[in-house]
Amino acid sequence: MPPIVFADHAPRNVAASRLSVRIEGIGAWTRGAPDWPSMRALLRGEQGLREDAPGKPAAGALPAAERRRAPEGVLLATEIAAQACAMAARDAAGLPCVFASTQGELAITDYMCETLSVAPRELSPTKFHNSVHNAPAGYWTIATGCTAGSSAVSGYHVTFGAGLLEAAVLAAAEDTPVLFAAYDVAATGPLLEIARISRAFGMALVLAPCDEAAIPRITLTLRNRPAAITAAPAAVAALAQDNPLTAHALALLAALAGNTNSRLTLPAASGLLLDMEICT
Amino acid sequence: MAAHAQALRAGRGGLRVNDFSSATLACFIGRAEGVENAPLPQAFAHWECRNNRLAWLGLQQDGLLAAVERVIERHGADRVGLILGTSTASIGASEEAYRRLDDGHFPEDLARPAIHTPHSLAAFVAEATGIGGPALTISTACSSSAKVFASAERMMRLGLIDAALVGGVDTLCDSVLFGFNALELVSSQPCRPFDVRRNGISIGEAAAFAVLERIEAAPRALRLIGYGESSDAHHMSTPHPQARGARAALDQALARAGLEPDAVDYINLHGTATIKNDEMEALLLPEFPRASRASSTKGFTGHTLGAAGALEAVFALLAIEHGFIPPTLHCEQPFEGPHPWLALEPHEQRVNIALSNSFGFGGNNACLAFARAEA
Repeated sequence: MPPIVFADHAPRNVAASRLSVRIEGIGAWTRGAPDWPSMRALLRGEQGLREDAPGKPAAGALPAAERRRAPEGVLLATEIAAQACAMAARDAAGLPCVFASTQGELAITDYMCETLSVAPRELSPTKFHNSVHNAPAGYWTIATGCTAGSSAVSGYHVTFGAGLLEAAVLAAAEDTPVLFAAYDVAATGPLLEIARISRAFGMALVLAPCDEAAIPRITLTLRNRPAAITAAPAAVAALAQDNPLTAHALALLAALAGNTNSRLTLPAASGLLLDMEICT
Repeated sequence: MAAHAQALRAGRGGLRVNDFSSATLACFIGRAEGVENAPLPQAFAHWECRNNRLAWLGLQQDGLLAAVERVIERHGADRVGLILGTSTASIGASEEAYRRLDDGHFPEDLARPAIHTPHSLAAFVAEATGIGGPALTISTACSSSAKVFASAERMMRLGLIDAALVGGVDTLCDSVLFGFNALELVSSQPCRPFDVRRNGISIGEAAAFAVLERIEAAPRALRLIGYGESSDAHHMSTPHPQARGARAALDQALARAGLEPDAVDYINLHGTATIKNDEMEALLLPEFPRASRASSTKGFTGHTLGAAGALEAVFALLAIEHGFIPPTLHCEQPFEGPHPWLALEPHEQRVNIALSNSFGFGGNNACLAFARAEA
């Protein structure tokens, strides 16, 4: 079989393989910390989770009718995406986006498998089209009028690092700001024992290509030698106990919540790590 | 690939009466032969499921595993990326677990969390090939495995990797058969793309892969010369009626390749045989001169969903390599708009430049442009 090659440019930066992106906006949601300011306060130990908090993201970016019908992952992903775009003061209509989720819409997977096992012809058409992994990307681009490319990715237990790398590559290669959103929702039914995720959590970033002077900035380097993975801060570790995506996202958010430059290491693939320098 | 080229050139399709779904459903399907009798090697038994079996069958074809070994040897395992597209991955195994629940729990043989996740395919292929670079699943419904070419090219252009294995695998499962049936998009006949009587899709399954390297590494190989990605911003399951997103992806692919439409010899259309997709996609064709040939190969294979992008990229490459235009199988009375461009019979013709369109739910569009090496 012949290899296929791309007839474009020579590699820009073969030896270094360093990617820098400026953090223009941050969004975050979990029950009790529904935005970046409250998540940052939580990570700094300034306040705890609000016990009386609503269990569903507000998802104000969606039209009211969609908001009532949309599944939880769509509410969560569009909520954090909208927060990050607002902070970045970027119009979502022109932003390419990468939505990363370990498992996608687990409650719909449970519904589909359950219905198919008893009455396959009664499957709901709406639930079916909401079951695609890119449902949040679809609802988001429709709600914001975004005609740029949109993607939906997964990497099982390294979804966060793999998705962040994909978004940073897109920003750097295409020289454009990019919306990155990482989220998971809780499993239900028999799937809970298998997929294990019991808490909805999401975070989003607007990333823009930059040089190594811009702040706040993440500089990413791939590493193929073993190193310790940065853990989520102990105070919030309970939020992440059943989902590596949440643990990895919290480790990065904790670095962004700090006032000093820091380094962290997260997994991006099996045997491949992502070293990150965070300059705030 | 030789068998595919032969079938496409002879106008011989592979659709058959549905004998797959767990309950009766009157439709035609593109079912891969022999998957049931091809268990994974013992070393990979923990990845066992229909989708990974089909992936493994695909990896055995056309010297692909040897090609992957060569790029790993040449560049190092961590300099080779793995980007695969799938829409439903191994959801068939999750469906089976629900049919066979043991007192509310997954049966023991299926209580393997790593197969009940969208990344099941890519995680298996990473282990099976030893690829150690970035590994990613793209799951954007029916554009999934077209977008993998774009992602791999970007990583290569930035110097993060030197080669990549890209592709897509999706297998038949109740979710898609009864899901598309619920949307009233499944034909009871073999699908008839661009025919006035078309009334829906036939669902198929496929594994398709390609190895990408930089041009210097293989100057005479076929080339990916452009790609475009866009969103419709219109509707979750209906394409934009004026083809806004599809046209944006196409125009971007041409612009990136530095091509005018008149350079295009062949367009492998998405051509699902739904009323709306084909009506929308036909609006793109007047951009091309009458000499450009276009066809949908869904009548041969059925709609292979998340594998369609990579499968039809391979068909576009076969058209270039062997010099032929695949026909739009089962299209007997094309509607007026696309008629002048549609290839209805197979014919031999030199193809220098070929495009492939892929459009998915959520209004997710991709277009790929391929060429032969410059003389």
